[in-house]
Amino acid sequence: MLVDSRTPNPKSFISGANGDWELVIGLEVHAQITSKSKLFSASSTSFGGEPNDHVSLVDAAMPGMLPVINKYCVEQAVRTGLGLKAKINKRSVFDRKNYFYPDLPQGYQISQFKDPIVGEGTVHLDMPEDGAVEVGIERLHMEQDAGKSIHDLVPGKSVVDLNRSGVALMEIVSKPDIRSADEAKAYVTKLRSILRYLGTCDGNMEEGSLRADVNVSVRKPGGEFGTRCEIKNVNSIRFIGQAIEYEARRQIDILEDGGQIDQETRLFDPKSGVTRSMRSKEEAHDYRYFPDPDLLPLEFDQDFVDEIAASLPELPDEKKARLIEQYGLSAYDADLLVDDPDTAAYFEAVAQGRDPKHAVNWVMGDLAAHAKSVGKPVHQAGASAEQLGSLIDLISDNTISGKIAKDVLDIVIAEGGNPAKIVDTKGLKQVTDTGAIEAVVDEVIAENPGKVEEVKEKPKMVGWFVGQVMQKSGGKANPQTVNAILAKKLGL
Amino acid sequence: MSDLTELNLAEARDGLKTKAFSAREITDAYLSAIDASNPALNAYISVTHDQARAMADASDEKLAKGEGGTLEGIPLGIKDLFATKGVHTQACSHILDGFQPPYESTVTSNLWRDGAVMLGKLNMDEFAMGSSNETSYYGNVVNPWRRSGGDNAALVPGGSSGGSATATSAHLCVAATGTDTGGSIRQPAAFTGLVGIKPTYGRCSRWGIVAFASSLDQAGPLSRTVRDSAIMLGSMASHDPKDTTSVDLPVPDYEAAVGRDVRGLKVGIPKEYRLDGMPGEIETLWQQGVEWLKQAGAEIVEVSLPYTKYALPSYYIVAPAEASSNLARYDGVRYGLRVPDDDVITMYEKTRSEGFGPEVKRRVMIGTYVLSAGYYDAYYLKAQKIRTLIKRDFEKAFADVDVLLTPTSPNAAFAPGEITDPVTMYLNDIFTVTVNMAGLPGISVPAGLDGRGLPLGLQLIGKAFDEETLFRTAGVLEESAGFTARPEKWW
Repeated sequence: MLVDSRTPNPKSFISGANGDWELVIGLEVHAQITSKSKLFSASSTSFGGEPNDHVSLVDAAMPGMLPVINKYCVEQAVRTGLGLKAKINKRSVFDRKNYFYPDLPQGYQISQFKDPIVGEGTVHLDMPEDGAVEVGIERLHMEQDAGKSIHDLVPGKSVVDLNRSGVALMEIVSKPDIRSADEAKAYVTKLRSILRYLGTCDGNMEEGSLRADVNVSVRKPGGEFGTRCEIKNVNSIRFIGQAIEYEARRQIDILEDGGQIDQETRLFDPKSGVTRSMRSKEEAHDYRYFPDPDLLPLEFDQDFVDEIAASLPELPDEKKARLIEQYGLSAYDADLLVDDPDTAAYFEAVAQGRDPKHAVNWVMGDLAAHAKSVGKPVHQAGASAEQLGSLIDLISDNTISGKIAKDVLDIVIAEGGNPAKIVDTKGLKQVTDTGAIEAVVDEVIAENPGKVEEVKEKPKMVGWFVGQVMQKSGGKANPQTVNAILAKKLGL
Repeated sequence: MSDLTELNLAEARDGLKTKAFSAREITDAYLSAIDASNPALNAYISVTHDQARAMADASDEKLAKGEGGTLEGIPLGIKDLFATKGVHTQACSHILDGFQPPYESTVTSNLWRDGAVMLGKLNMDEFAMGSSNETSYYGNVVNPWRRSGGDNAALVPGGSSGGSATATSAHLCVAATGTDTGGSIRQPAAFTGLVGIKPTYGRCSRWGIVAFASSLDQAGPLSRTVRDSAIMLGSMASHDPKDTTSVDLPVPDYEAAVGRDVRGLKVGIPKEYRLDGMPGEIETLWQQGVEWLKQAGAEIVEVSLPYTKYALPSYYIVAPAEASSNLARYDGVRYGLRVPDDDVITMYEKTRSEGFGPEVKRRVMIGTYVLSAGYYDAYYLKAQKIRTLIKRDFEKAFADVDVLLTPTSPNAAFAPGEITDPVTMYLNDIFTVTVNMAGLPGISVPAGLDGRGLPLGLQLIGKAFDEETLFRTAGVLEESAGFTARPEKWW
């Protein structure tokens, strides 16, 4: 039963030829469970490796082989359920989803159909303009991943790599509570962040650890739900946004031309930015789900759940609230910091005993910019929290200026080392000796009599003098002192 | 020395222990018997001469040192459904052509651990689907028993463990492993004058046994005496972490139960097992069984299992449903037969069309149908509900009695081709499927001959994991029946 949980928001409407349209989106996110071995076998789950290196007799579906549930994967699923503030089902059932495909050795996928391990929950979003949005979680269930068919390796033949076959996935199904591409992207970003905090999925979309099936429909604002199309296997947050936008427009165009939407499965092509039909409802598989007779129902007690709950880390929402409270950060800064737990931890290490505003400016400013340019997370950008912290200390005690600090950071990143020592050995210490600065100021004034006249008419010209003095001092003069002396000497 | 193949398991074990003969000698005796008789009986589809001799020699070394397990040096036949490392394992299907697994089933591992010797792999109905061993890719197995009165027609040994039954009955092995999904141990045991037990679901590991219907399949022995089955099951049974449906309970000393009396034991007679049109001989034999147990001091109680009549139709929904999914892995991609084609779907179709026989195809189709959208609730779900009711029937009955006595099958062995209608064939399992549906143990004991000289069996059904009461009661039946008849050797 679909329930509409949202009040139509005109800001999210898409305008059509004859009025506005509203998007309705629900996502099924497939998240690979972080575990050493597969859901029902002892094979390694590590990425890469030679094809068919990580394949046990069970994964290859040899005759007479039987699945045995990996307890750690069950814990991970429960941990995720708790992180999503969801109902944990102490009894769940594994079912077989039957279909033929060469990379599905058993001829069925072991999944959970009627009785998933996790029931309803919530993901909280903070949208920049619209504020809080609650996205309902319908369910989370565990299932096996399939192998991989490769069609372009051996001419004229298809080959199969079963390394992924049997790897544990969580399918996290949202309610149709999402109303724009931006919300969908924010939802996946938030979900990924929660999974990373929990350590239950690495969220690496490039390696396929996280991918989404996106259900999209359009309707007149607040009207009946429209017919949906499912866009399969979208593997980046950016593509999710693009796919939704394309698909919405496609559906609106059809409806405005008097057509109707066919319920179908579609694929998004990132190169052309369009979605294409994969199979219609009529071609849909009949998966003939039934309880897997090789596996007893999965049952555990409340103690099992409580133990996992007790080990749960601080999650993004709580951390954000705490950062705002503890460090007086803006909601915007806090949001940026909590997205990645390691970045947040890095920030807290830098902020320890220092001005948090300085810490956040440096972490999310220069360091984040550098991190982005080298495609690494902030905490791995090349400066340890200790290094950045001592750099900030050097600014705070006026040993160096903020400008010099940027240069020192570049050196730290490029060559490593202790910022204080770098400042020492490279002679970058700020000059605060008024006598020395006065001498440079006098020099500049003496060399530029014309400019001295000009500045008396146009006091803003003082900036030019500051620049000259700083240049002559190699950037080491204390800017406040320079300003004060210049003002006095130029009679401003 | 007398013919070593005449010895039953307990006798052979004792002879080996006292070094009256060697494991190599008894193994060679069986290999000679197989080589001489198998062309006529077709019980073995692969004879592992070298492996058997090597295993026998290893046993002799242990026996010489006074060591060895409970089955040290005992030559056994293994149903082709059990994975045996490096040896023919095809469930007697064309689709597993050439398959030799790199692993050993838990049940056979247990047997080898205890010193048993493998003579070879035994014929069976393809994927254990059949009640007459007429569906094997390797041809029919022939029952050593023939009707008296000059009718020399070949008879079926029952199924699906037909090779196991014929080989044990014709003394081509001391005993054999079988599997039983709806009666596949008990019915062939009855057809060939043997003892056969299907233990409680979860008593033997299913790991390494080619799956037919996972919620019903159980391994068990076929042997010439109750004691032999008790010894065999003691080795085959185990808790196996690789099969999560196997149960972590200690394996009792089953052999010790054989020979105990049944005084005061309450034996239930389920009235619903009295079928309309059942041959009078079966009814008479059943009555005879009641009398034997009564004379031995048991108390006879009539009980009711009202859902019995729904058991067979429900079984023929549940078993094919699971089979249709279990057999999906035979797709020509990784092992066994592949009939190539450029297009993968066509490759599947050709491989499975050629690889599976008609009975397997029939069940895959039935199973696929009953699981399909729109039919699931009406068939599969309803059958599962009936299964629960059948279990409840037994629970209620076992509140009042210790064991149930029924016939094993509604008829004696028949001729190949005599039953062509699948539903009539399925009726052979009418007394045995209820036991699988409820997951209970059941044993068939040879109890007499029909009017044409063919063996008939009586079945005892026990409480879950109470195989000891079955062996104890079966021992009394065996003694009372004094069944010594042997098929006249024609092969």
